[in-house]
Amino acid sequence: MSTETTPGPDITGGAARGDLEANRRARRLLFGCATITVVTTLAIFFVLIDNAVSYFFGARATEILLGASLERTVTFTEFFTGTRWAPDHATPGHGVLPVVFGTIAITVGAAFVAIPIGTATAIYLSEYASDGVRRKLKPTLEILAGIPTIVYGYFAIAFINPVVLSPIAETLFGINIGRYSMLSGMLVVGIMTIPMVSSISEDAMSAVPDDLRNGAYALGATRFDVSTRIVLPASISGVFASYILAVSRAIGETMAVSLAAGFNANITANPFDEIMTMTAYMVQMARGTTAVGTVEYQSLFAVGLLLFVMTLTMNLLNDWFKRRFQEEYR
Amino acid sequence: MSTDTDTEPTSTAADESLFTDVDLGWEHRKNRIFLAVIFAASMFGVVMLALLLLDVLTDLYVGVTEYNISLLEFFTRDGSRREELSGFRGAIVASIMLMIVTAILSFFVGVGSAIYLEEYAPDTRITRLIEANLANLAGVPSIVYGLLALAAFVNGIGMGPILLAGAIALALLVMPIIIVSTQEALRAVPDGVRNGSYATGATEWQTIRRVVLPAAMPGIMTGTILALARAIGETAPLIMVGAIFVNRMPFGPFDRFSAMPTQIYNWANEPSMHFIHLAAVGIVVLLTFMFVMNGIAIYLRNEYETEI
Repeated sequence: MSTETTPGPDITGGAARGDLEANRRARRLLFGCATITVVTTLAIFFVLIDNAVSYFFGARATEILLGASLERTVTFTEFFTGTRWAPDHATPGHGVLPVVFGTIAITVGAAFVAIPIGTATAIYLSEYASDGVRRKLKPTLEILAGIPTIVYGYFAIAFINPVVLSPIAETLFGINIGRYSMLSGMLVVGIMTIPMVSSISEDAMSAVPDDLRNGAYALGATRFDVSTRIVLPASISGVFASYILAVSRAIGETMAVSLAAGFNANITANPFDEIMTMTAYMVQMARGTTAVGTVEYQSLFAVGLLLFVMTLTMNLLNDWFKRRFQEEYR
Repeated sequence: MSTDTDTEPTSTAADESLFTDVDLGWEHRKNRIFLAVIFAASMFGVVMLALLLLDVLTDLYVGVTEYNISLLEFFTRDGSRREELSGFRGAIVASIMLMIVTAILSFFVGVGSAIYLEEYAPDTRITRLIEANLANLAGVPSIVYGLLALAAFVNGIGMGPILLAGAIALALLVMPIIIVSTQEALRAVPDGVRNGSYATGATEWQTIRRVVLPAAMPGIMTGTILALARAIGETAPLIMVGAIFVNRMPFGPFDRFSAMPTQIYNWANEPSMHFIHLAAVGIVVLLTFMFVMNGIAIYLRNEYETEI
């Protein structure tokens, strides 16, 4: 009899109601936190488009919506087909092609370094290396990925260009290369993207079921055959995803290329020439005194928007490859 | 019947070719060559890392011996246009302040988002959108975060090129990393722990705050420190918000600043060899900061990994 207590609202009910209320408040607050990432993406889009519009139409998108007059300051034809990029000169050139060329050249060059070496490293790590070697080699390579890009830029300007490339260019081709060269930019971006390719490709290769390997070995295949004809094809979508990620990183890479490849926007086939990437242009503009509202300031956002769209495309591609890869072995 | 007549001649042909055409010696050689090639490729990265570190250290040594860079003055002087008077104090102080402000700005929001996504979020369109967006944000070039901060904070609300603007750019940059690592830490907490808490009548929030978060804290700290170690080396966003050509030491988050990586960039861009060697000394300091932070993160992970 005495054990029976009526659960009065003052004892448990009130406290429980307060707890539930706290729970609801926490939930709302945490949802607010989670939306910040979405707000960031929207803000990036808004800021880039809003300011890029002023580069092309003379007034910002927000001002145009409020009724500012339109004037074509830079035409799309000139922007996308012109071959002189110098928005800050007295006689301005608004063709974005030279800096896009610079970005693509660096990216392709870096891919030629990072993709073969990264893939070979991944095969070694996943198919050949003993456990002990893998446990040492993988973190060592990941240190490469963690080193700040400014240090790679320094490496290019203080070592690769003057010590490695300059003597080669002089003795073999008789060219005197300056402080900057396209080739050192390609090499240094390639080196820093190796761990990205090797690490993600190795994960994809390790995910290939052992049954496939054992089946091949049972048929008398050698390790070389298994690596190149079984494991590599079976993990190809994951491996491709790593290539795309590396390419995306190379496109957006800033400090290494602006220190290694220089600030001279030209389209050239000579790897020892100085070139300028989209990101290097942005750094150069930010280094000067660019007043808000000037063409130089606006051009920053036009180039930034182009860069953002390029990397976004790469990221979506990467996502698509990864999803294909995940479907294969489940 | 028919299978017999079909397979008999072809299989013998195949058998013969199997034993006559395959040159086992060549197969072995091919394997050895392949192994040599991929081993060399694996070593390429290691050799480059060694060369990089060696180059920086030699430049530091040459800087101290031939260019008379006094390490004492290096750590007690601010940056300067004059090479013999230039030091790193202002940059180190600015970087430490940036780290603190960035950590405050990104930690709570990042951990909060991760808690919502892992513990509360129903599997709806909005949740999936947030998750997909997170993966995408991680691939946005860091310089774009700098553009965002430049347009929205430095010029948009008239903040000017102050330390807080740089910290906001860095906080937005590392937020996805913190969220993803916190999500992993929360996922590692077994459901039995949660159910035990619910069984005592605790609400979701009480469970998270008193049970799940303490268990996941080492993992969250590890992820946050790694994210900050990445932020300390980021240069491009800081240059975009205008952290350059400033030599004074900042005294608070509303001062103009030049952090370690931007100061190194400044020096590396100078034609004078003295500045190049100053940059090498700066890089050694920057890398020391990074390696120490990474070391702390690894220590935390190893120390508390088996707690749960």
